[in-house]
Amino acid sequence: MTQKKTVGMYESFTRSGRPSRATHYCAGCGHGIIHKLIAEAMVELGLQDRTIIVNPIGCGVFGYYYWDCGNVGAAHGRAPAIGTAINRMRRDAVVISYQGDGDLGAIGFNNTFQAASRGEHMAVFFVNNAIYGMTGGQMAPTTLEGMKTTTSPFGRDPLTAGYPLHVCEVLNQLKAPVYIERVSVADTKRIMQARRAVHRALEIQRDGKGYAFVEFISPCPTNMGLDSVKAALFCMAEMEKEYPLGCVRDRSATALARAPHAPAPSVEAFFQQSEQHQAPAEEVDASFKEQRLKFTGYGGQGILSLGICVAEAARLEKRFTTWFPSYGPEQRGGSAACSVVISGRPVGSPAVDHPDVLVCMNQPSYERFAHDVRPGGTVIVDATVPLMEKAPEGVRVISMPAIDLSLKLGVPQAANTMMLAALAQLEVTGLKREHLLEALDASFRKKPALIEKNRLLFNEAVAWMEKNL
Amino acid sequence: MTKFVKGNEAVVIGALYAGCDVYFGYPITPASEIAHAAARWLPSVGREFLQAECETASIYMVYGTAAAGRLSMTATSGPGMSLMQEGLSYMAGAELPGVIVNIMRAGPGLGNVYPEQGDYNQSVKGGGHGNYRCVVLAPASVQEMCDLTIRAFELALKYRTPAIVLADGLLGQMMETVLLPERALPKPDTSSWAVQATPETRKNLITSIFINAAGQEAHNRRLQTKYESMRVDAQHDNYLCEDAELVLVAYGISSRIARTAAEALREEGVKAGVFRPLSLSPFPAEALCRTLSGRKALVVELSSGQFRDDVLLHLAKEGQRYQPVGLCNRMGGMVMSVDEVVEAARRELGLGK
Ligand SMILES: Cc1ncc(C[n+]2csc(CCOP(=O)(O)OP(=O)(O)O)c2C)c(N)n1
Repeated sequence: MTQKKTVGMYESFTRSGRPSRATHYCAGCGHGIIHKLIAEAMVELGLQDRTIIVNPIGCGVFGYYYWDCGNVGAAHGRAPAIGTAINRMRRDAVVISYQGDGDLGAIGFNNTFQAASRGEHMAVFFVNNAIYGMTGGQMAPTTLEGMKTTTSPFGRDPLTAGYPLHVCEVLNQLKAPVYIERVSVADTKRIMQARRAVHRALEIQRDGKGYAFVEFISPCPTNMGLDSVKAALFCMAEMEKEYPLGCVRDRSATALARAPHAPAPSVEAFFQQSEQHQAPAEEVDASFKEQRLKFTGYGGQGILSLGICVAEAARLEKRFTTWFPSYGPEQRGGSAACSVVISGRPVGSPAVDHPDVLVCMNQPSYERFAHDVRPGGTVIVDATVPLMEKAPEGVRVISMPAIDLSLKLGVPQAANTMMLAALAQLEVTGLKREHLLEALDASFRKKPALIEKNRLLFNEAVAWMEKNL
Repeated sequence: MTKFVKGNEAVVIGALYAGCDVYFGYPITPASEIAHAAARWLPSVGREFLQAECETASIYMVYGTAAAGRLSMTATSGPGMSLMQEGLSYMAGAELPGVIVNIMRAGPGLGNVYPEQGDYNQSVKGGGHGNYRCVVLAPASVQEMCDLTIRAFELALKYRTPAIVLADGLLGQMMETVLLPERALPKPDTSSWAVQATPETRKNLITSIFINAAGQEAHNRRLQTKYESMRVDAQHDNYLCEDAELVLVAYGISSRIARTAAEALREEGVKAGVFRPLSLSPFPAEALCRTLSGRKALVVELSSGQFRDDVLLHLAKEGQRYQPVGLCNRMGGMVMSVDEVVEAARRELGLGK
């Protein structure tokens, strides 16, 4: 096909490597016509500098040879995802996603569907030629029943290969799209209607109104095995029976333009504001004996927050601190655990294999971890857990009624505060009580009403320990 | 100013200071906290967050952002990373910058959500089709989760190529203190190559297709030259290596365990040190050779020996005569204890228990 100068297209198609004014399309192919309609519309609407066309994989892959606007090549089926990002990052852009029926209706259908459902600001031009052109005439999702292709040599059998996919009708189930129309480029009258549809889709982009979708019934003489005239006739006679032309939806008159971004603080200002609780930077202190602690129990007992509270106290003392939780299905399965390392130098392994201090709020974790405690270490176990007959060698075991006390005081979820008090009273963390308390207060900074309450609970636990230990 | 955060959250802090305009991602354990933090923080500072419909979409949204001359990132774990490989290849081919964080979990297949380093080859050797490789950085602390994310953005832009931050479930989930950067990086000027919907950038073209073979070969040679030139940005860290008789070679979380093991070995009178690459691609090969020369080496990794094989390859390519390099590894979400590394080290040195 030779081309006279068309607006919106390069005068000579040098990007093909061979300066030429002929496109790479076969005679009678609909792609060239659709390319031209798009090029003309973007110029007529004054959008050429703002237009970015995402080129597909399929026969349209070389669109950038021709369109004189911003061009981005996509992977097969992924143009909607790429267009999504472009329209969000360049709000002034008029984003066009140009795709064939394999690209859009098969490999990339979910990306198309989801982008439509999100109402992305782009015009999607969908070339339905009922076949895979680029790769040699294989069956497409849009191939008609009984139609012979290289991968349906006996004709598409819907019982094994499914039925033709009606993309416009599927997308019409979604709320977000602003405009959906099916047109054809099989004859002049139809091309005039296609031209109007392209304009409408681009006006919607110009006005920032949202998602527009135009399907083109388009002849592919080469792979349909027909000459140009017969291919066009096939489109009009056979394809239009399956794919009726017409506007499926147009709410462009009422759709609202998208709102501009609200002003926002800089990242520096944002973090400055959001951080009320300031801890000093860590300092090396060779005299500090590294403490390795493990907190265990059931999910919901506040095990992880107890560990964080101790870690925060350590930070107040400029210690190098790590906190590492159990996570994933283990956590959902009911058990919770975390490890805390407090050190006077950068911490190596954050995992605690042999704790100096082990806190157990339930029986399974007591039985599982008590024997890992280092000689000279301490186990604080809730009094609801029966103690093992033989205590681990060289390890002090303290039975503490944390759950019971917190129940009696009417705050059953605060057993972890009782355990914190035990840690402070036993002086096993190497941290000062005032810092443990400060960290406890800080952990409730979003619920200030609980600060006093937890202080009270803390003191009750200390009183219990003074009396009973 | 400091903050006590999870490694996964530190990644987002880094991204914000690096100027990341938008985050795209699909949930997966143990990386999801990255998306959670991004969903809270990016819109708070006027940037965008979008939950993609799948990881394939995520990576092409990263591609699209870069094509438009802006900065974005995504984060995922094993299965999602596998889905992104085609997109990474396209980004490398089209020379587009973007940051991908892989919080590695155990595989193959669904595996489990516990820490592993089994995606080493996938990340470091390309992973998708064609001749390319990404920048790959390997943080070993929550601070580095922030700092190396920033670095990843810088290198992605400098070389116009995707950069991967390769961490694991343990680094992602653990909390440590992060010192926040003083100020954010300046906005990059991408107008010479990106498609920005402006008159000046109208002729710019983003594509990875060179339809004639000679052109595609020339493109490949250019890419290879670029990857070679990345050598200058290789980064490593030596810990107690000067007088070491045995060097533990490890990256990421394994290097933390190696570090404690080296200290424990020294307490027993064994002079051990740790060589740790911070960048796996470009790899600090010369530094590795210098450090290992004349010393015994033991690789500590949470994978099958993928990293050890690469250490051997780098030594060989640098012309170092073959030397045995031991392996202490765990897989499947099991993390080696310090004791295990100490024992392996003693075995390597021919010392009894
Ligand atoms: C992931 C992937 N799978 C397969 C291909 C091969 N491929 C290229 S074009 C194409 C089909 C194109 O058909 P369609 O989208 O209908 O466009 P047309 O060529 O008919 O315009 C295929 C399967 C590819 N490039 N990438």
